[in-house]
Amino acid sequence: MRFLAHVDVRLRHGIADPEGATILRALPALGFDSVASVESGRSFRVELDASDLEAARSMAASLADRLLANPVIEESVIEVEPLG
Amino acid sequence: MTASIGVVVFPGTNCEHDAVAAVDALGGHGRLIFHTDTSLGDVDGLILPGGFAHGDYLRPGAIARFSPIMDAVRGFAESGGPVVGICNGFQVLCEAHLLPGALQKNRGLTFLCQPSVLEVVSTASVLTSGATVGDRLDVPINHFSGSYTCDIDTLRTLTESDRIVLRYADNPNGSIDAIAGISNEAGNVVGLMPHPERAVSALLGSEDGAVLLRSFLDAAASASVA
Repeated sequence: MRFLAHVDVRLRHGIADPEGATILRALPALGFDSVASVESGRSFRVELDASDLEAARSMAASLADRLLANPVIEESVIEVEPLG
Repeated sequence: MTASIGVVVFPGTNCEHDAVAAVDALGGHGRLIFHTDTSLGDVDGLILPGGFAHGDYLRPGAIARFSPIMDAVRGFAESGGPVVGICNGFQVLCEAHLLPGALQKNRGLTFLCQPSVLEVVSTASVLTSGATVGDRLDVPINHFSGSYTCDIDTLRTLTESDRIVLRYADNPNGSIDAIAGISNEAGNVVGLMPHPERAVSALLGSEDGAVLLRSFLDAAASASVA
């Protein structure tokens, strides 16, 4: 079966996020005065084949941990859905 | 004796010829090793030079870490061979877990290409054995993701075991504890963001990188004898 994994990689709590801080500082210039915080990150959509949803989740978690995220500074949040 | 130094080239590496030229100018013999090779050949020391391996896609060093040559690099490092990662090479060593921590985007999100003053913090590494603690060295930096970070426990370990090798005098990139370079526990693997290979000639503005690379060549030469 084919699945689509959404892998959301974000910085661990406490790790400096200069990108998020810069965006936050820029927003008031556009009139967004009430934005409390911005965290930057990146997302990946990975199509993969697995026997079932659980196996797909496990594979997505493993590839996120080994390549997409650097566990020293980042963590990943994963959602998996079956495709057609 | 002449130390034979392998300089590892990934797709996107761009400081390999500077590294070879600096090694040769200091009396060693540098030669390039390609990332698809699986053996190092007969080398006494290894340099992972600067550049943008695999376009820095995903994270600097994240893809280079899986290059075919990296198993041999790991084996050489684990058997005590002298290894230094400069700039992108430092990022590769961190991603490969041969050194702890990670390099993040610079504070201020600015690409920094400028002279920097480094302070020698420890001489218990293959890169600093010939220097003196407290020496101030003028060595350029050239990076976007050079802000060193690690968790507090790692920082404590690095500090207590004398593994912070170099610090910035003015910390231009926001590194934790102003760290510019660290070593592994044995001191034979060193990573640093500044470029000592670009500071071995007065014509280029500074000769202060020579003391670092000479230490490295000496370590390589004696590793070869041992």
